Amino acid sequence: MIYLQVFWVFFITNILGYGGGPSTIPLFQAEVVEHYKWLTLKEFGDVLAIANALPGPIATKMSSYIGYQVAGPLGSILALIATVLPTAVAMVFLFKFVTLFKSSPYVKELTKSVQPVVAVLLLVLAYQFLVAAWESSGWIHTAILALGSFWAMERIKVHPALVIGGSLVYGAVFLS
Amino acid sequence: MSFKDLFVSFFRTGILGYGGGPSVIPLIRYETIDKYNWMDDKEFTDVFALANALPGPIATKMATYIGYRVGGAIGAMVALLAHIMPTAFLLIFILGGLYAFNQSSIVMGMIIAVSPVIGMMLGLMAYEFLKKSWKGLGKTLSIVMILISLGLLQLLGVHPAIVITLFILSACTKIFYQNRKYRKASQHPTMNRSVGK
Repeated sequence: MIYLQVFWVFFITNILGYGGGPSTIPLFQAEVVEHYKWLTLKEFGDVLAIANALPGPIATKMSSYIGYQVAGPLGSILALIATVLPTAVAMVFLFKFVTLFKSSPYVKELTKSVQPVVAVLLLVLAYQFLVAAWESSGWIHTAILALGSFWAMERIKVHPALVIGGSLVYGAVFLS
Repeated sequence: MSFKDLFVSFFRTGILGYGGGPSVIPLIRYETIDKYNWMDDKEFTDVFALANALPGPIATKMATYIGYRVGGAIGAMVALLAHIMPTAFLLIFILGGLYAFNQSSIVMGMIIAVSPVIGMMLGLMAYEFLKKSWKGLGKTLSIVMILISLGLLQLLGVHPAIVITLFILSACTKIFYQNRKYRKASQHPTMNRSVGK
């Protein structure tokens, strides 16, 4: 039963995750944290942080870890298969018709129509993390970390992995 | 063609591609076209276009297709596994290590400090999507659609999957009616509306 649930969650989130990795993150959260309660929001944040700090596609890293956490090695494999297989198979079969896709306004229209939803989903999730941070470390540390990371990523273009690393060091020193 | 080349090249792109999809694509391009000559530029562009059009992670779709094209079904498996397994294992390993010490106040502090940063990163991703939507749909329609999705998701508590499906369906309906209007106007039924280039 748990295996079925794991498969279903990662199948549906990736089928609906238009626009690559980032658009699947809030969908993962809705299923894994809110619906099935496999992880708390904090644990989900840890997974997201470390996954973001490591190289490679983000959706597959997250699904293999969450699958592992929920249902062991088999869960991990199932979550990965559900994440990549459906669209990978579609890719191989639909390639013959690629010219149809390229010139068709349909696909562009579909992607465009989903973008506002993804933006809202990401925004809500960002808000939830900031509120959680506020509650656990107070507003001063939250403000320093949030504004500091914004400044590092947007203004001086520090690598995200270094920003995550920096926040871990900050936490070890000031929040322990 | 050798499976070893496939494995090595997708292992490399998986390990070196930082920041998800967009950063990996030039690396995959280099391996497939310049280094191993598996396909020409035109075909690669087609692969990218289709990977972009389908839902789900982009780089893994490209790895699968290129693997399939080079070495059939086994090639697809080899490329896919080489691309995603190393970092997937690494994540399980690192988080396992972190949680093994979650009694320690230092690790607790690290975990607490990461939340605001993740909040900020997600906020920036949201901003990217807002910009794209602004460009694609225009200002008014973007704001209307954002308010509709905010209302559905937050006020009515509709599941995100359902909201996305609704938006996709509404786009389909719009295309359907546009097509019908176009056909009536031109009197020449065609499969696709021609795109102004």
